[in-house]
Amino acid sequence: MVWSLQAIAAIAGALVLLIAAFLIGETLPVLQKVGFLPFFTDPAWNPTEALYNLAPMLWGTLFAAAGSVLLATPLGILSAMFCQYYAPAGIALLYRRLIELLAGIPSVVYGFWGLVTLVPLIGRLHPPGPSLLAGMLILTMMILPTVALTADASFAKVPPAYLQGAASLGLSRWGTIWGVVIPAAKSGLLTGVILETGRALGETMAILMVCGNVVQTPQSIFDPIRTLTANIALEMAYALGDHRSALFVSGLILMGLVTALVIVADAIAPEENHG
Amino acid sequence: MRLMRNRGYFAAFIVSLAASFGVQACSSSPQGTAPSSDGLTGKLILTGSSTVAPLVGEIAKRFEAEHPSVRIDVQTGGSSRGLADAKQRLADIGMISRALKPEETDDFQGFVIAQDGIGVIINKANSVGAISDRQLVDIYTNQIQNWREVGGEDAPITVVNKAEGRSTLELFLSYFQLQNSQIQADVIIGDNQQGIKTVAGNANAIGYVSIGAAEYDIGQGAPIHLLPVGGVEATVETVQDGSFPLARPLTLVTANPPSGLTQEFIQFAQSEDVHDIIKAQNFVPVQRKELAQTLR
Repeated sequence: MVWSLQAIAAIAGALVLLIAAFLIGETLPVLQKVGFLPFFTDPAWNPTEALYNLAPMLWGTLFAAAGSVLLATPLGILSAMFCQYYAPAGIALLYRRLIELLAGIPSVVYGFWGLVTLVPLIGRLHPPGPSLLAGMLILTMMILPTVALTADASFAKVPPAYLQGAASLGLSRWGTIWGVVIPAAKSGLLTGVILETGRALGETMAILMVCGNVVQTPQSIFDPIRTLTANIALEMAYALGDHRSALFVSGLILMGLVTALVIVADAIAPEENHG
Repeated sequence: MRLMRNRGYFAAFIVSLAASFGVQACSSSPQGTAPSSDGLTGKLILTGSSTVAPLVGEIAKRFEAEHPSVRIDVQTGGSSRGLADAKQRLADIGMISRALKPEETDDFQGFVIAQDGIGVIINKANSVGAISDRQLVDIYTNQIQNWREVGGEDAPITVVNKAEGRSTLELFLSYFQLQNSQIQADVIIGDNQQGIKTVAGNANAIGYVSIGAAEYDIGQGAPIHLLPVGGVEATVETVQDGSFPLARPLTLVTANPPSGLTQEFIQFAQSEDVHDIIKAQNFVPVQRKELAQTLR
């Protein structure tokens, strides 16, 4: 019995290693040829002319993800708070159903909506329209359910005895939330933030449709950007040889980002993995 | 790894959603294509341009219907992949959305099955009626940044360009004698549909897409219109009579002179039996005498 569980666990663990090995294997041709540094120091991303600077796309990915996390996190946590502690039962139920629905919309639909509605709107405000801002807003909508639902669940898990204790001390409702509920639910909230960040970093389709895909480090939120994921999706079908390998380097960097995120998460919340 | 690539697993979810319809993925290798005594049997694999693939997919369906023991797999992945796969015998026939370059004619045989024109599109709300080739080059290289400079309203121009590697981009660059690095784009798009949606949603945008796709969407009410190129109206008719300069042949390529099933299929794809399919896909059938030239 134990050995079968061990085998299953080994398979699950090996998957990540296999993918990492595959990525590294695919990137080797170009890494051996030009090394790793040119991916950050070349003057441009122009793979057909052997120029492979990925740095602007790395910034694009980071800015878009950071912006959306900054917007979605307070929105999600505060709305979950309202739903748990202020809203009447009927409204809370409706709210949860709506958020679940939001989570179920395929990303290409968000992208399509963004392309025909959001982008022209931003274009009227500040041309051209497809921009870092559009990407941030679309991502915010896509990751909001993740953080809202995990926050809602972790608030629900706070033991009622804590709340009764707070009430018996005469704390106000806000005092209870700020002083008791948030510290108690901290690790759950953090998990939500990490999950949403991972999703924001990895999102491809919607970002590809609204961000404009110009390879440049954005100077303002109205500049078009290209993310690492969009770079792969845009060019993979047409790439051969070193160009193709260079796209796998995009993937490798992306995987490195997510790995770093997991490590940071472990460092910040050690208790979460052991309790 | 070769197997993974062969499946076109990325191509499947890439922007070319429309192109993916009717396209089957398969990982087997090409097999013998000898016709048997009681008709054609065997299997054909075609890979290449996402512009050509939906058309060939439809043609292949009709061919399979007429020859029930033939199976044809059509996969996308771009013109460069079509050439590479044909050369390495991973595919029986490659599909490219351009003519063979002179240096490629030693390695490949090309068979034109249809024509496609690339049209410059702007939003319907834009009052500009025509721009010269020179002005277009200046717009794409950021020498002209405002529609006012070409007779339009006072508004900044949004330049829409294609992602690297697409044959539409290559043809556009070679006609206007540009390098991709010279182009200062505001938006970079993947397929025709994304281009049309982008220009339809931005009154100050300019882009270029397949004329067939643009005419179809204009018919469906998309708020865009096609600009003439080099003084020639961009319509299916001018592409057909050869007067429209920015046109490309959709070409099937083989590494060897085709024989057996491969030859049968190419002849079928060039025959008048498939002209209705070509027109339905907004491409332009090729006249008989032009075919004779390409076959030589």
